[in-house]
Amino acid sequence: MKDSVRNFQGWLLFAPAAILLLAFTHYPTITTFLNSLYTNKSVIRPRRFSGIEGYESMLSDPIFWKVFANNMWLALGTIPTSIGLAIIMALIVNKAIPGRGLLRMAYFTPTMLPMIAVANIWLFFYAPEIGLIDQAASIFGFESTNWLGSPSTVLPSIMVMTVWKEAGFFMVFYLAGLQTISPELEEASKLEGSSRWNYFWRVQYPLLLPTTLFVLINAFLNSFKLVDHLFVLTKGGPDNASNLILYYIYETAFAFLDISYASALTIFLLVLLALTALAQFLFIEKRVHYR
Amino acid sequence: MSKFFKKLSYSLTVALGISMISGAAIAKTELTMYYPVAVGGALTQTVDAMVADFMSKNPDIEVNAIYSGNYDDTRIKALTALESGKPAQLSVMFSIDVHELRELDAIVPFDDLVSTSEEKAWLNSFYPSLMENGVAAGKTWGIPFQRSTIVMYYNKDAFREAGLDPETPPATWGGLIAAAKALTKDDGSQWGLMIPSTGYPYWMFGALAMQNGQTLMTSGDKTNFDHPDVIEALEVWKSFGEDHKIMPKGTIEWGTLRQNFLEGKTAMMWHSTGNLTTVKKKADFDFGVAMLPAGKRRGTPTGGGNFYIFKDTSDEERKASMKLIKFMTAPENSAKWSVATGYMGVSPDAYETDTLKSYVAGFPPAAVARDQLKYATAEFSTYQTSRVKKGLNDAIQATLVGSKTAKEALTEAQAAAERILKPYR
Repeated sequence: MKDSVRNFQGWLLFAPAAILLLAFTHYPTITTFLNSLYTNKSVIRPRRFSGIEGYESMLSDPIFWKVFANNMWLALGTIPTSIGLAIIMALIVNKAIPGRGLLRMAYFTPTMLPMIAVANIWLFFYAPEIGLIDQAASIFGFESTNWLGSPSTVLPSIMVMTVWKEAGFFMVFYLAGLQTISPELEEASKLEGSSRWNYFWRVQYPLLLPTTLFVLINAFLNSFKLVDHLFVLTKGGPDNASNLILYYIYETAFAFLDISYASALTIFLLVLLALTALAQFLFIEKRVHYR
Repeated sequence: MSKFFKKLSYSLTVALGISMISGAAIAKTELTMYYPVAVGGALTQTVDAMVADFMSKNPDIEVNAIYSGNYDDTRIKALTALESGKPAQLSVMFSIDVHELRELDAIVPFDDLVSTSEEKAWLNSFYPSLMENGVAAGKTWGIPFQRSTIVMYYNKDAFREAGLDPETPPATWGGLIAAAKALTKDDGSQWGLMIPSTGYPYWMFGALAMQNGQTLMTSGDKTNFDHPDVIEALEVWKSFGEDHKIMPKGTIEWGTLRQNFLEGKTAMMWHSTGNLTTVKKKADFDFGVAMLPAGKRRGTPTGGGNFYIFKDTSDEERKASMKLIKFMTAPENSAKWSVATGYMGVSPDAYETDTLKSYVAGFPPAAVARDQLKYATAEFSTYQTSRVKKGLNDAIQATLVGSKTAKEALTEAQAAAERILKPYR
């Protein structure tokens, strides 16, 4: 076959993916960037070029800094815990125990539920007085807590729900990772008289590092991407105590109809996430593989 | 290959022919309409039934009524449809969206659509306080449909248990606090009062401010957040939880409040009349509905959704839309809607129908919202209303959770509102 034909075939095979990517990722990214450089159009005020004004007002917007900080706390509060839980769950269901299939499914169930449904369930868990948590606490004589209604407890409450939702998902990756570890290693370590902990810490954990990296990046991205529950649980309140960047973008774009500022916020989020992904590809990936 | 194209072009021709024939035979006007539901319950079935009734009486009009979430979602969907070139012709949207919809040049005033004297009389047939939010720049842009006021639901059994007269609910702030203190149990199993502060905090606050003698805005470009009476109203709200301990501290969730009331966890709640029918069906205790109590005076904002007609419509579509709106807001239908939901009848005539007359006779709470209308004011609405509203909501919540004082929070909110609204003056 001639080279040109082969090339053409190659492009044809590439085309569907390329068109989808261009139409739904690259083109919107570029228009978002352009929108962030212009003011909004309305009948009263025509659209004009404003350059980096949108980004400047972002830096002086206290709500932006608040939601950014919230997002970082959320990442910090959920990622280590859900990874730890995921590893423990994976180790448990990796063993030959009775009812293993059922247990695996039980751990995975929260992941299968849509976030909105989950949030509706948890709304009634957290409800003061009538909620499950408060009713259970009242048996032991604890006072009722307004979990979602006070700034000190609202973000931790959302973290707990996020961990519950995410840990099962990450468990699947660890379970897959554990099953690629050759059983000879376990036999060898048993023969050498190595303890269970030593085997996990010296053999399993290092071999799981690529999985951990993958999960870490995904968990970080997810902590910025998952906001569905806010619509149901708190709408970002009280006083932005549980507001997150993506929800703030949604509010700005669709409640305030401020497309220009929403675009600037979106570009910020995009750059942040792109840098995270880039860090994975360039630096960390080289270091995590077991040699 | 060519065979395939022949087949394709043949079937396309046939399809085109069929659609032209059917189009000519029926010539229906198609209307797409979005509508929101803000209080839950089986409201969608009620709307669907009314629309079906309309279509059976007007076979030349086809209506697609699409339930579209809460008020914010509905506006987003309608506006997105508008931008995408497949617009809705009319929609029920938040009554307070009027300034933003006008700024987007999305809607037409009803003054331009009514011509005959009969139609003009129709435009004047609604309760004037329900029209307030629909009027801007001297024209009427919204027709009231699912409208409400805030009312006070109270548990009569709890009143009896606490030694209070179940037939005289508190009518002043002082009376409210005294009654709520008697109703609050020390073990925390029952609170005296709950006023929701998520979802629509500015709405509840509009009532308190009005009761303290001040509205939240004077016009679409002027807010009064830092007025001493408004600040005092927020301090009063906060004192319910902080000083009088008759209400839980922190914010109270809009969405679960009805359940709190139904489970007896609070003896009184302030909520939309839109909940009335659901509370009636689900309460297993004796309950009453009262007007909100008076501070310096009584007061409540109106609330809820209006009908709007979009600008990007043909004459036939506008005529058909008018027909539909007239049908949905006609006294008899408004009465049925009110019975089914608890929302108000939108005109005095609705309360003159047998349907509502007999309903009110057997269930007096159904008339409270109407009786309260004479104390009612417009719901908070300005240019860029969502953004200004968010500033106010944040200020209310910051005060209730104790991170700022009422004065600090409201002064900041006023400054932010000034910045946003200045270009509109």
